[in-house]
Amino acid sequence: MSDKEIQLGFPGNVRKIENPYPADAPPAWGADAKLDVVGKDHTRLDARAKVTGAAKYSYDRRFPGMLYSRMLRSPHAAARIKSIDLNGIDKLPGVIHHEPYEGKRIRYAGESVVAIAAETEEILDDALARIKVDYEVLPHAVTIDDAMIPTAPSVAKGDNERPGRPRGNAEKVAAAHKDADVVLEREYRTQVQTHSCLETHGCVCVFKDGKLTAYASTQGTFAFRGSLARALKMNQSDVTVITDHMGGGFGSKFGADAWDVYAARVAVKTGRPCRSMLDRRAEHMIAGNRPDSIQKCRFSAKKDGTLMGAEVLSWGTAGTSARGGGVYNPAIYGFKATLQDSRDVMTNAGRARAFRAPRHPQGVFALEGMIDELAEAIGMDPLEFRIKNDPHVVRQAQYPIGAKEIGWARRDKLNDPKATVRRGIGVAASRWPHTGRPGSAVRCRIGKDGSVVVANGAQDIGTGTRTVFAILAAEALGLKPEQITVQLGNTNDPPGPGSGGSTTTPSITPPTRKAVEMAKRELLGAVADVLGGDPKKMDLEDGKLVGASKPLTFQQACGLMQGDVIETLGRGDRDLFKGGARFASEVAGVQFAEVEVDTETGGVRVVKVVGVHDCGRVVNTMTTRSQINGGIIQGLSYALFENRVLDRGTGDMLNADFVNYKIAGSIDMPEIVSIPFSVAQGITPSGVSSLGEPATVPTAGAVANAVAHAIGVRIRSLPITPDKVLAALGKIA
Amino acid sequence: MSKDRIEVSRRDVLRGAGVAAFLGAAVPALGDERKTETGIRQFGPGPEKLQFQINGKRVSVEVEPRVTLLDALRDRIGMTGTKRVCDGGACGACTVMVNGKTVNSCMMLAVDASGSTIRTIEGLEQGGKLHPIQEAFITQDAAQCGFCTPGMIMSCTALLETGLPETGPEPTEEQIREAVAGNLCRCGTYPHVFAACREAATVMKESSR
Repeated sequence: MSDKEIQLGFPGNVRKIENPYPADAPPAWGADAKLDVVGKDHTRLDARAKVTGAAKYSYDRRFPGMLYSRMLRSPHAAARIKSIDLNGIDKLPGVIHHEPYEGKRIRYAGESVVAIAAETEEILDDALARIKVDYEVLPHAVTIDDAMIPTAPSVAKGDNERPGRPRGNAEKVAAAHKDADVVLEREYRTQVQTHSCLETHGCVCVFKDGKLTAYASTQGTFAFRGSLARALKMNQSDVTVITDHMGGGFGSKFGADAWDVYAARVAVKTGRPCRSMLDRRAEHMIAGNRPDSIQKCRFSAKKDGTLMGAEVLSWGTAGTSARGGGVYNPAIYGFKATLQDSRDVMTNAGRARAFRAPRHPQGVFALEGMIDELAEAIGMDPLEFRIKNDPHVVRQAQYPIGAKEIGWARRDKLNDPKATVRRGIGVAASRWPHTGRPGSAVRCRIGKDGSVVVANGAQDIGTGTRTVFAILAAEALGLKPEQITVQLGNTNDPPGPGSGGSTTTPSITPPTRKAVEMAKRELLGAVADVLGGDPKKMDLEDGKLVGASKPLTFQQACGLMQGDVIETLGRGDRDLFKGGARFASEVAGVQFAEVEVDTETGGVRVVKVVGVHDCGRVVNTMTTRSQINGGIIQGLSYALFENRVLDRGTGDMLNADFVNYKIAGSIDMPEIVSIPFSVAQGITPSGVSSLGEPATVPTAGAVANAVAHAIGVRIRSLPITPDKVLAALGKIA
Repeated sequence: MSKDRIEVSRRDVLRGAGVAAFLGAAVPALGDERKTETGIRQFGPGPEKLQFQINGKRVSVEVEPRVTLLDALRDRIGMTGTKRVCDGGACGACTVMVNGKTVNSCMMLAVDASGSTIRTIEGLEQGGKLHPIQEAFITQDAAQCGFCTPGMIMSCTALLETGLPETGPEPTEEQIREAVAGNLCRCGTYPHVFAACREAATVMKESSR
């Protein structure tokens, strides 16, 4: 059923390859594929539930007799718990369970000291307030600079600064610098950013007849099930994780955390359902963040615009974790030689977790700053400099689209030199690997009554995954997405991916199409059994059976099946993810930003952002635009506002709320132009690739470059706050 | 015209005090009115019997004076459409209407809302028909994860229903932005929310003719 050839590429740049996929694979969708449902605007299947308040999130789950749990958390960044005086809370009416962690070594503020489960939130308030803890307070280092002082207290065994693994060739870089006309050495810095998911981390656990069900706010239902089962020493087959809806994850919500495990333990011990949802303060402090960075960069170029060498020595802190502090720099552009060394620095702070494109936004901010600085040093237009040095065929096609939309041509004449409020335009790029993975499976059921159910256990993190399943099924069956019932977010259904690495849509598309195509073949076979004729000549189009001896609706055709239901299981086999047929080795994107800077107040306002992003084949243009917009807005927020502030004296977080930890709001919104740039990549028969993460990568770099263009001085540290702008202009010290 | 948020003291301030200011707008309909000579009403420390008119229905609930309207709605009454996000008046996810005005329900004690008419996200749909702003949120893809959505919609509803004269102009971009300035979204739906608000305004203007 597959065609012999696939057309790869995009208008103006296509080539054909031999179809590398097995004969039973779903039909390959090349650049010339004509599709009825895929690649159009579709509203979300669950939109009605979300706008009416009917959608049940984990935080919304309520059961008769449900207990509430919370933890007393350490105010100290480094301490040993000497003793805990429960002060009679065990006898307080309504306190059902408690678990003190005496003797525990505290390594960051916010670590748990006592866990309590009680009848109501108010009883929890009372109980937590009564507990008295005797801490042996130990010296701490909460900032990266403090932790690198040679005499700083050790966060864990060994030096706080961990050795990196240098990559690249020092001799070649030195030679490249020597051949260059300009060599620049600069230091860039980025801040710690918290995920700030609106629904905090946590779950509600119910234990009944030896089986545990966790209603979890997770972006990886199966990862959550596995880790919860391991922690409770239960068979994973006795644990079910359900995630109908979840309020944001951004990389911070995969496995079960200590507070989830506590809720499960209480449920098992007491036989009563138990809820454990973090409060906002804990969410900021202990549920993950993007590491900060210090990036010492040495880049060089020739006067003719040839990029030469790039060296980056960087430090980053992932808190008490010794991994994750690296940066994605140097990258993207065609350097003659590179050298990179990233070092993790341990601090007495909450651990980093994967955060939408780990390593990328911080690396690209510094990288794109260096590229602009080099362009300026050799007197070349920064866009021209990029086009000259960017080896990626897709970005080469994207630059002119973005440049036209932002009005790059007027860049040089944007400002009156005497103006107080100045404008600037900047550009930055992103890349991301094709991340679809084998191993998922999808069940399709077509009922005699014409009902269609597609089931997979993965979750919809908010990107519109539920609707993607329906669109794919509707395409194959000649139906509309709203005619498909999608069952997801339940680990009793076939396995699905965690929503990390921008893998979900590319991973579920091949098995979904396979399951539905198999079910369709069975249905057409059943029709042929009754009506006669060749099922290979029949098809389903526009809600009708075509090519048969009788004109039937889809529902009438289903009525002809022998049994009550046709059920198939489509597997995302390895040979559907061959990857050998790529048009380009990665997905590409470019963003352009225009800003306005008030040189009196130092305030930066982003006026417009243009994002041009390739994600392979677009399944739903509507949610694709939403993803790009969302990536840009998070990037803008990172560029201008967000910053975790830890008190160097006490070690506590000073802005663990939404008043002092500022994320972008409605007033801060620029005009956003999101342009999905579809490329037939050939990576799977469907060619669907990644988007969620790359869309947030270039924004901070583009905004920072625009600010530098506007005021003529470069700010090499995020977030770009008014005080930094005024300092850069020499108006304050 | 911006919406008028009712400013009330943070419940931490009141916690344990057992005393709340007597608000004219929130006279308790039921319960033991233990007025002191100073006119200040005593509450608690035990549970108080409260009554509200929620989405057109009379609802009674018995909660301690320290319980917020948000927690009463979600944990006691079981209306979980209103979301608990920051629990500190900073994000707007818990926005409801009390006597026609938008309120962060995490910043209002349930006792202070007793006797009030409350409208929540669950009350916008009428007889199976969605409110125009709900329809517009769907068509403009204004909900991603959807956790900020109920609060966003309540703020938009306040703007569309009360913030503008019935025959007046459709909201300006600035009015819309200001209407949801207290509602945070982490997925980045804001531009879609603005578009939804514009679309709903047009629909409401047409249907009011």
